[in-house]
Amino acid sequence: MVDIWSGLAQAFWLVITLDAELVEIALRSLQVTLSALVIASLIALPLAALLAVRRFRLRRTVIALLNALMGLPPVVVGLIVYVFLSRSGPFGVLGLLFTPTAMIIAQVIIIVPLIASVAHQSIRDLWQEYHDLLISMNVTQGQKIRTLLWDSRRALLTASLAGFGRAIGEVGAIMIVGGNIDHATRVLTTAIALETGKGNFALALALGFVLIGLAIAVNLAIHALGQTEREGRW
Amino acid sequence: MQLFPVRLTDARATRRGKTLVGPVDLVLGGQGTTVVIGPNGAGKTTFLRMLHGTARLGSGRIDWHCGTEEARHHQCFVFQQPVMLRRTVLQNLVYPLRLRGVARAEAEARARDWAAKVGLSEMLDRQAPVLSGGERQKLALARAMITAPQLLFLDEPCASLDGRAMREIEEHLQEARAAGMRLILSTHDMGQARRLADEVLFLLHGKVHEHAPAEHFFTHPATAQARAFLNGDIVE
Amino acid sequence: MKHLILSIALALGGTAVAAAETMKMAVTTSFHNSGLSEVLLPQIAEDLGIEVQLLVVGTGQALRLGEAGDVDAILVHSRAAEEAFVAGGYGTHRREIMYNDFVFVGPEDDPAETASAASATEALQKIAEAEADFVSRGDDSGTHKKELSLWTEAGLDPTALGDWYKPVGAGMGAALNTAAGMGAYILSDRASWLNFGNKTGMALTYAGDPVLFNQYAYLPVNPDLHAHVKTDLAMQLEEWLVSDTARALIDGYRINGETLFVFNAEAGE
Repeated sequence: MVDIWSGLAQAFWLVITLDAELVEIALRSLQVTLSALVIASLIALPLAALLAVRRFRLRRTVIALLNALMGLPPVVVGLIVYVFLSRSGPFGVLGLLFTPTAMIIAQVIIIVPLIASVAHQSIRDLWQEYHDLLISMNVTQGQKIRTLLWDSRRALLTASLAGFGRAIGEVGAIMIVGGNIDHATRVLTTAIALETGKGNFALALALGFVLIGLAIAVNLAIHALGQTEREGRW
Repeated sequence: MQLFPVRLTDARATRRGKTLVGPVDLVLGGQGTTVVIGPNGAGKTTFLRMLHGTARLGSGRIDWHCGTEEARHHQCFVFQQPVMLRRTVLQNLVYPLRLRGVARAEAEARARDWAAKVGLSEMLDRQAPVLSGGERQKLALARAMITAPQLLFLDEPCASLDGRAMREIEEHLQEARAAGMRLILSTHDMGQARRLADEVLFLLHGKVHEHAPAEHFFTHPATAQARAFLNGDIVE
Repeated sequence: MKHLILSIALALGGTAVAAAETMKMAVTTSFHNSGLSEVLLPQIAEDLGIEVQLLVVGTGQALRLGEAGDVDAILVHSRAAEEAFVAGGYGTHRREIMYNDFVFVGPEDDPAETASAASATEALQKIAEAEADFVSRGDDSGTHKKELSLWTEAGLDPTALGDWYKPVGAGMGAALNTAAGMGAYILSDRASWLNFGNKTGMALTYAGDPVLFNQYAYLPVNPDLHAHVKTDLAMQLEEWLVSDTARALIDGYRINGETLFVFNAEAGE
């Protein structure tokens, strides 16, 4: 319990004094995870809509696969990305290993199935509701997908935020592909793992509290953005 | 653009190999209101959908004068349970116009006109799914008519509406008919059928049992089943 | 859209840091936990203009990173594995830099009485006799390999010990946390132990046997295998690591007044 209190106190001071190192790794956490979130959403949301409205032969397989991949252990993703990006691997020449880009790639792979699965559920429900109307209106495939994405945007926001939560708190994969290099690829979660390893529980907890605060702040900010156009939602 | 006459030749609507409606051989002309009646399960909804092109045509043909593809662009369908887009009333009205490439400003102006016409002006910014049943049906009607289709299908548009809402809907339909819109609607309400129909299609067991001008059908039904149905008896 | 702008802004802000030439070196957790790198790296940056990026991993992973060419050099402490690394052609050569020592850490009351042992192997025998809990790194690291060789020297088979022998498969810090949590003995490098922040109830129980000395060596990755490796920088770093500047910093590094490392590099060939 003592650790919790001294962790809270330390977190408080780190934030109040805008500790340079803390600011650096917190910004890097945000940079990596928000980039991964944008890329993953751009892949996952249209994919989810396509899976909801298109009937193709492997559709069920793809959906089952996405659902299964939701539970993929990040450390496995990290290892696979490592093998591909390693100098001895197929994409070694790009020199991406141990860079923030590698971390973004790993996080995209981790959260695309999650975002796509959650989004697919709500888009599918909306499609059942809209099916007769849109078919009757003779809409094109593109118009159909745009309508569904737009009218389920709140559910999609929730799906993306779930992805954000998984990515910002993830340590296994980015530890392997990022390497936790000071001033290069160290982010909040890997710093927490490092400080825990050193037995500095109070500092590790302080960083943990900062991470929680950051996640809450981002969620609130995105919700606030989403609600500027709010009106009499039921 | 000439949709009618439309000719159905041995048309059959099927689902999973089962015939739901048909075979139907029929020619529909280009004027007035056709009312489709018949007992529950006679296939009224499927018949409307088959004609509209959203129910699978298992066999036979439906030939519109201008061709099926072209015809699809000039018809709308109002469902028994209206489907509301999860948007405001205004955006529901704007949607079909935007699909057809109408500019936003003009689309909104026309949407406001139609909202005024059906008495929804006060509710333009309300979310459509929270409207009452009558308001939803009026919105669905306005959303269908806003593109000025030549043909409008309505599947029991007044089921579960109170008398006043039904009266309002019927007024809009009479007005549309007077303006030259072709209407094909199904109903369970014989009073409504008598008020609106120029001709009647009496469906039984998925087949057209009787097709006659309204005044003729209601005064001298040709078949025993139609007589029984009009009397409110059970039809076998 | 807003995310995108934000992340681009962050990305631009984030790249301003790295200006100097950079190279990557894999080091062991025990080296990093000692805190010595925080003394050496700023001086290296100042003297050579090289930003050395450390990948802190276990010895096994450090060697794999070197084999794959993902780092430019490694600094580890497991002689046999290092020699195999050079023999396999993955490293150009092996250069001894310094040593520290391993210590036995255990519960303060020392139930196995390791403090009275005359040698490291005797300490292990006492732990085995008392069947006192013993946490092993179990992660194929340099420390783990050292521990295994000590058991063998003590005439015991580490694979056939009782339930009290607990391989945890974790880094030095995590293993120390585990040992502290269960009141177990553990073999640790001295630096990690001194820097460890969670010592409650634990104490250094045995140290001093020369067999516990822990030699660190520097191995540049072979550029013949991986053309992209920054051999120039790796060579410059090696020259610096065996220089008098490094000697002064390494020998002078203390925690709580205790010397941790002894510089023993031989001057340039």
